Amino acid sequence: VCGASVGSGAGQDVGRSCILVSIAGKNVMLDCGMHMGFSDDRRFPDFSYITQSGRLTDFLDCVIISHFHLDHCGALPYFSEMVGYDGPIYMTHPTQAICPILLEDYRKIAVDKKGEANFFTSQMIKDCMKKVVAVHLHQTVQVDDELEIKAYYAGHVLGAAMFQIKVGSESVVYTGDYNMTPDRHLGAAWIDKCRPNLLITESTYATTIRDSKRCRERDFLKKVHETVERGGKVLIPVFALGRAQELCILLETFWERMNLKVPIYFSTGLTEKANHYYKLFITWTNQKIRKTFVQRNMFEFKHIKAFDRAFADNPGPMVVFATPGMLHAGQSLQIFRKWAGNEKNMVIMPGYCVQGTVGHKILSGQRKLEMEGRQVLEVKMQVEYMSFSAHADAKGIMQLVGQAEPDSVLLVHGEAKKMEFLKQKIEQEFRVNCYMPANGETVVLPTSPSIPGGISLGLLKREMAQGLLPEAKKPRLLHGTLIMKDSNFRLVSSEQALKELGLAEHQLRFTCRVHLHDTRKEQETAMRVYSHLKSILKDHCVQHLPDGSVTVESILIQAAAPSEDPATKVLLVSWTYQDEELGSYLTSLLKKGLPQAPS
Amino acid sequence: DLSTVDVILISNYHCMMALPYITEHTGFSGTVYATEPTVQIGRLLMEELVNFIERVPKAQSASLWKNKDIQRLLPSPLKDAVEVSTWRRCYTMQEVNSALSKIQLVGYSQKIELFGAVQVTPLSSGYALGSSNWIIQSHYEKVSYVSGSSLLTTHPQPMDQASLKNSDVLVLTGLTQIPTANPDGMVGEFCSNLALTVRNGGNVLVPCYPSGVIYDLLECLYQYIDSAGLSSVPLYFISPVANSSLEFSQIFAEWLCHNKQSKVYLPEPPFPHAELIQTNKLKHYPSIHGDFSNDFRQPCVVFTGHPSLRFGDVVHFMELWGKSSLNTVIFTEPDFSYLEALAPYQPLAMKCIYCPIDTRLNFIQVSKLLKEVQPLHVVCPEQYTQPPPAQSHRTDLVIDCQPPATSYRRAEVLTLPFKRRYERIEIMPELADSLVPMEIKPGISLATVSAVLHTKDNKHVLQPPPRPAQPTSGKKRKRVSDDVPDCKVLKPLLSGSIPVEQFVQTLEKHGFSDIKVEDTAKGHIVLLQEAETLIQIEEDSTHIICDNDEMLRVRLRDLVLKFLQKF
Repeated sequence: VCGASVGSGAGQDVGRSCILVSIAGKNVMLDCGMHMGFSDDRRFPDFSYITQSGRLTDFLDCVIISHFHLDHCGALPYFSEMVGYDGPIYMTHPTQAICPILLEDYRKIAVDKKGEANFFTSQMIKDCMKKVVAVHLHQTVQVDDELEIKAYYAGHVLGAAMFQIKVGSESVVYTGDYNMTPDRHLGAAWIDKCRPNLLITESTYATTIRDSKRCRERDFLKKVHETVERGGKVLIPVFALGRAQELCILLETFWERMNLKVPIYFSTGLTEKANHYYKLFITWTNQKIRKTFVQRNMFEFKHIKAFDRAFADNPGPMVVFATPGMLHAGQSLQIFRKWAGNEKNMVIMPGYCVQGTVGHKILSGQRKLEMEGRQVLEVKMQVEYMSFSAHADAKGIMQLVGQAEPDSVLLVHGEAKKMEFLKQKIEQEFRVNCYMPANGETVVLPTSPSIPGGISLGLLKREMAQGLLPEAKKPRLLHGTLIMKDSNFRLVSSEQALKELGLAEHQLRFTCRVHLHDTRKEQETAMRVYSHLKSILKDHCVQHLPDGSVTVESILIQAAAPSEDPATKVLLVSWTYQDEELGSYLTSLLKKGLPQAPS
Repeated sequence: DLSTVDVILISNYHCMMALPYITEHTGFSGTVYATEPTVQIGRLLMEELVNFIERVPKAQSASLWKNKDIQRLLPSPLKDAVEVSTWRRCYTMQEVNSALSKIQLVGYSQKIELFGAVQVTPLSSGYALGSSNWIIQSHYEKVSYVSGSSLLTTHPQPMDQASLKNSDVLVLTGLTQIPTANPDGMVGEFCSNLALTVRNGGNVLVPCYPSGVIYDLLECLYQYIDSAGLSSVPLYFISPVANSSLEFSQIFAEWLCHNKQSKVYLPEPPFPHAELIQTNKLKHYPSIHGDFSNDFRQPCVVFTGHPSLRFGDVVHFMELWGKSSLNTVIFTEPDFSYLEALAPYQPLAMKCIYCPIDTRLNFIQVSKLLKEVQPLHVVCPEQYTQPPPAQSHRTDLVIDCQPPATSYRRAEVLTLPFKRRYERIEIMPELADSLVPMEIKPGISLATVSAVLHTKDNKHVLQPPPRPAQPTSGKKRKRVSDDVPDCKVLKPLLSGSIPVEQFVQTLEKHGFSDIKVEDTAKGHIVLLQEAETLIQIEEDSTHIICDNDEMLRVRLRDLVLKFLQKF
């Protein structure tokens, strides 16, 4: 049985991802995200779902982090250092490299700027990262003797991975966030036909079939261009890593082509560092970038420069990429407040915003925002939303389901209404069960794994050889003995089983007397029996031996003449227990007498 | 016949230089597996080779000398060359690209299924970027192929030894070419000779491959030149792939040793040659023509190929610097004899230093490794089982293991010393449910199985037998042969023995009377006089002799079976 409980946050909501999977007695926690719309207890998943009593380390076999976005890894230091977990945490190399930086960044905003208490410290982030084990793509990591995990490329952001969790013949695939179309800097997600019992997929864009990427890019460039042409400022709130690099590549090439001089800035010190990560982990980017990186590294930008706080008040047009992406804190929010009052300016939200953030409010049409200290901010600048965030759309999700061929699908990380639509579509098209549990809900899937064992080569070869015979069209039965010792199962021929256990075979033999009325000599009787059987048993090997006896397969028939009555002959039919069917058939056949010999 | 080869496993980028010959011209249509760094750097090595060769096109090529009678008369080493008739021209870049496009990229510890029959897995071998040892295994047998491995700490990920354990056979090859030299000592000698020459105003020439040990040498020099006061001496790296090689080395963080990996997390380039380039201490050029001739300053250190000294830019430097005793050529690559390499340049005034740096396993490390891994059998090339010809007294320079290693020669076919006994099979849950195990000995249970074997793609699955077909309704055909039983419905084997007294009691309980028991040499005969039936009972057999009365026979059979176990 494998059960997936959407422990504490990934259910019908895009906020904190955290899923607990129990598979064949192993417990694996998938992602450990936090909700950015909250700044109280609801921020982190409720780990008491996992185990009420006892230590998490004893209960969980491992933790897997799919990628570095905070809604997937933000609660990790809280989980490992404050709640307490000392087991292994698996993630890819780029995720391991970038994750602590984003965590530290977020910690600074939460603690230093907002003054939140009961938050993890820098040291806790470091201690937490010491528990991380980095995995390669496609590497089979043996967590213990039975549990193995394997990472697949997921696109989405640098280092994002989907994970297969496997115990024996049972398996679960968890996609994390993924992208089925290559973008300007990353490739498309890919998985082999691994036929998991369950596929847990994100469904952020469950209903959207997004228009072609080129159109969206053209639209984006047009809007940016028009705004700077009329002297306006463009604010693009982004996360430091991921979408930002894609949009930078886009603007960089556009600026170059159009020979534009309007400055483009990228906020915070993380920028250059972020680009450096892309250069060093270039093997994780798309094929085009990988191929050309020696001649021209796409992450070395000519037109995009570092942003200084003072630049925000400069007159004239400019484009600024600022973090964080949902306008919930930090530099992007500061710049937004400065520029919001001017209708010439524009803010482009290139990704999804969770509920409760300023980004979500302005996208849902709110134009009067209540800020801290009862201040009301009136938004006159243009607000644009462009779905650049690299999630699979409905078509992509269907494509992945088709690739992996799971027995059932579980939708997480999406909105209930949209998920319902996708659920129906998946059930229709693939005829598999599809689940969409709410937060805190548990889905239990019974599985019926087949049992692995060994078959002795002798038995197998014997069977295979017979399978090659022409009459073997109908399914043939294989007979053998299964030897079970501890959890080791071996199927051997019965003879071998007896031999191995030091047991002797006990032969059970039957001999039946069949009385026939026949005046001829025994030899002739035998001859008649032979030709009679030969004519009936076409599929069997009937032989007349030189000593006068007749055999049908291994059944022996002898004719004898009892002295008292010369007109009666006795046929002795002898067979072993293993040939019982044929033996008993022959006796009843012979009892009916022999056909009259043609005279 | 290479068209019968299904799979090629590549160990490291030095071991793939002949790949285009196989993939392009032999009818080979299988799959090639290699890691990403192996393919990328292998491409660079091939590209350099092709470039060097194409720079000096030959107007005509001679082939008459390949005639055995003429070859015999030629000077050494030509007269000793083997199989000259099979020598081929160098491939083209087009063939290289086509060959490389046929490679499937794999990662360390990735399990790759081959035809459902075996699984192959590359493991880090610690010798070069992306270098691998391979495990070829089924569920019951395991063969390890260890080629070009290193236990030293250089830039690649350390060798994965643990995964080699429990091997039935370990094929061991690619040991160090220079078993007597210590790589660390050689690096020290390299640095001091380099410093000495440069201080005296001479130039240093290092013939080398464009990837591999050069990264380690540059790293050593990075640490060494400042302390030695040589920071103003320019380092030149000249190769058509110099830039690519230096760039590629920085992007394979996941394939590097732990130290270098943690640098990438900062994020900083893993190799310090990035800094050497940034500070203009190291410059790289595709060839001696172009920019290099403008920038060239002496004294300097030049890294360039080809290490055989027969082609490539190294030839120019040998001719330029060979006449002055101030200059030094330092040989670090172990693949070529430096004396032979130098032969055509003699007489030479320049100093020649031989510091071969070969990080691959030496014989001491091999015995340590084998002790650790404990394979049942070791298989290795013949030359590792006897001391090198030049040092025949060094009996320590052989592979020493128990049982002694099986050796093989060029073009010899060797049957690996193990016997396959089992294959994997899957038992369907429905079938498993229907099995009735019985405990025969403590901890060992048996169950007889009658099932349908399905085999697809070398995977065996046992399914429950089909339900007996329902008697066909409608007209019943009457033909004798239809009733002939299918003898394929096999009965189990029997085991055990029959205690006569209890058997007789049972017979009586079931209504048989007038029973007589006679003792025989081997057992007993039970006579049922009324039924004219005779039952011979021995230790390992029972024989029921009766009239043709099926009812009676079946009754007796069932009573006998009560005392026996079925298998």
